[in-house]
Amino acid sequence: MTGSRRTIRSGEPDGALRTSGRSGFSTLLRSEWTKFVTVRGWLVGLLVAALVTILIGTVSALGGNLECTGPDGQICAAHVPPLDASGAAVPDSFTFVHRPLDGDGSLTVRLDALTGDGGALHDWAKAGIIVKQNATAGSPYAAMMMTGDHGVRLQDNYFGDRAGPAISVSDGLPVWLRLTRVGDELTGSVSADGSTWSQVGTATVSGLPGSVLIGMFVASPEQIQTTQRFGGSDSSGGPTRATAVFDTISGQGALGDWTGTRIGGSAGDPEPVADFAENGGTFTMTGSGDIAPSVAGPEGNTVERSLVGVFAGLIVMIVIGSLFITAEYRKGMIRTTFAAEPRRVRVLVAKAVVLGGVSFAVGLVASAFAFWLVGSIEQSNGKYLLPVPVLTQLRVIAGTAALLALSAVLALAVGIMVRRAAGTVAAVTLLAVVPYILAVASILPAGPAEWLLRVTPAAGFAIQQSTSQYPQVEAAYFPSTGFFPLAPWAGFAVLVGWTVLALGLAALVVRRRDVS
Amino acid sequence: MEPSIEVSGLRKRFGPTQALDGLTFSVRPGQITGFVGPNGAGKSTTMRAVLGLDALDAGSALVDGHRYTDLRRPLTHLGSLLDASALQPSRTGRNHLLWQAHSQGLGGRRVDEVIEQSGLGAAARRKAGGYSLGMRQRLGLAGALLGDPPTLMLDEPFNGLDPEGISWMRGLLRSLAGQGRAVLLSSHLMSELQDTATHLVVIGRGRLVADTSVADLIARASADQVSVRTTHREQAMTVLARAGATVAATDAESVIVARLPGERIVALLVENSVPFSGLSAHSATLEQAYMDLTRNDVEFRTRGPEESDARGQA
Repeated sequence: MTGSRRTIRSGEPDGALRTSGRSGFSTLLRSEWTKFVTVRGWLVGLLVAALVTILIGTVSALGGNLECTGPDGQICAAHVPPLDASGAAVPDSFTFVHRPLDGDGSLTVRLDALTGDGGALHDWAKAGIIVKQNATAGSPYAAMMMTGDHGVRLQDNYFGDRAGPAISVSDGLPVWLRLTRVGDELTGSVSADGSTWSQVGTATVSGLPGSVLIGMFVASPEQIQTTQRFGGSDSSGGPTRATAVFDTISGQGALGDWTGTRIGGSAGDPEPVADFAENGGTFTMTGSGDIAPSVAGPEGNTVERSLVGVFAGLIVMIVIGSLFITAEYRKGMIRTTFAAEPRRVRVLVAKAVVLGGVSFAVGLVASAFAFWLVGSIEQSNGKYLLPVPVLTQLRVIAGTAALLALSAVLALAVGIMVRRAAGTVAAVTLLAVVPYILAVASILPAGPAEWLLRVTPAAGFAIQQSTSQYPQVEAAYFPSTGFFPLAPWAGFAVLVGWTVLALGLAALVVRRRDVS
Repeated sequence: MEPSIEVSGLRKRFGPTQALDGLTFSVRPGQITGFVGPNGAGKSTTMRAVLGLDALDAGSALVDGHRYTDLRRPLTHLGSLLDASALQPSRTGRNHLLWQAHSQGLGGRRVDEVIEQSGLGAAARRKAGGYSLGMRQRLGLAGALLGDPPTLMLDEPFNGLDPEGISWMRGLLRSLAGQGRAVLLSSHLMSELQDTATHLVVIGRGRLVADTSVADLIARASADQVSVRTTHREQAMTVLARAGATVAATDAESVIVARLPGERIVALLVENSVPFSGLSAHSATLEQAYMDLTRNDVEFRTRGPEESDARGQA
């Protein structure tokens, strides 16, 4: 066979060191993709992750079939807060004594007393002057008010809140309030004696019609009492009432007689009548309710409740993520991998991209489907879900998918360092899932639970929070009621930080450690 | 011609063990180089060092004149098989090759070619976890051939092969070398390399013991030895030993005689009326040559049974 002898040289003559740059990485990506899709167990695992996410959400929705429905199957009116001009749910319920105001004008009152009616005065009881588009709940407004324990405030359109002097009304020490309208601008001022005034601020309420309502109001929100302990929390609450006494009322530009209305009256109360009395220019008004943004209640009326099963899907993703690398270490296949691509950090990055991409895609389908399915079930059950803007819905859905993807990549990075599947799954589950369960299931009191949700990768669950926390609204802001200690993107950034840190350490380790 | 693999001054310590202790050798194209030494001599460590899997304390290992870790599409330069069982059991053999092919920018057609070449056949579509060791060796060899590399480095590829498989593997390796490729083939059993390797690199305790062609080694071991067939073995040995020869019995009917020319042997046997039926030049086996080579090397015996004998006599 001497004649058949041929010279064999490398595929790239003299090109041993030729780099192919991007195409080099794309072949590596394709290789890792092939690895992933050729292990049936991992594909089944992805399916399981999607299914448990959807199923747990669905089961929890079906189990919560306790909401009341109206005669035609619609949601009970009492459960449905009005919407403001932007479509946000806003409780808008108070006692209003008003008269029309055409064009610019102002109202000045002396608030003599603000007291709790049949109980202690609520910290966020409100009494003062309001300019409102009309008597429809949810319509635009600006209000200059005294609160139970938060001083004088100028608030507008449910979300705006400016603090004035931190004073309170006590016997013999009344407070003078004034609200002036000039076009869209409403200026609030406060005075101790009716002659020396200081301005609190100016709110711009755009689109107010020429003719609006102006008058006095009083409201007092629900009292919520939460006891935190190990193993759970107890929340109790109920409506409160407050009584305000106004006198020395003077106005400019206002016309007509005073009319009393209870804005946002409850269902079965077709003609809401305001609880007020006038006696020689002194108005004594009693009111209940709040003018504020809506916050999620402990009953879980938020859209992200549909994704309550994500923690289970997350555990499955963590298993897949860790196996994607530890399976190679188990039998030594990692040596074949590094023989095929000796630049080990590139392998790590390619694995992270493939795993992250696959789990993001699956997570996106699963969370979008759960979001739609569970939302539909809850609505057909007559459960009211707080409306949230489309962008927020997208953030919740895509954020949940990213949460799954990042956790899988975190497991991959830890897997590089640990090299054993069991240890990796245990460590990452302990870091990323257990704190969430301890917190939302109220196994820990709110303090430690919130601390865990700040520092562990489980902080990333905050990306699912669709409603906000407002300082001017007292509510049960606990992880168990769906409120995370960090803002959505801040919590997400904590998870990203953990993942990047773990990838960085994994890169260091994989570069330096012998692969034997 | 530039060596395909060139290692020089390799040093590697694992804790208290000096696994490689200044090892230097090279592998040349067109021949099969046997890489021999007892278990623990450093063969696998050397191969891992060539692939850049283990970092060296000192020395260099070059493939085609470059460090392996600097190669792009390295499987087109050097195909290696370190551990046939290093695979994901739930992946099919074909898919195990496919991800490797994709990492080098190669496609499924090349995978099917090496499946054909390695004799995996229909088994390639089954999960690799169910393969016998022999099948895994074929799969591993297929992986080494994927990039059509000019150099192959195989660690104990005969392990687990049945006699038919061993014969097939020898034939394939010989034809690969015949195509001008360099093949480095490790084994701890010299007999496996018989009729396969044409060059030998023998190491012990991480150091080079011999770097020689097989022909030279056997010729040296066989030098001036004569094999005598006789039914009167005891008598023949006595007569020849008295005349100053070194005599060893191989089987019931023959002895091997050294340091005595053939004519003298015939004369002595006739003179002493010792019947014999044949006389031939003796050719040592590779195994015997290896034993000769390492007989005086204490390091080769540290793990062997002779060690206790030596101590008993001391």
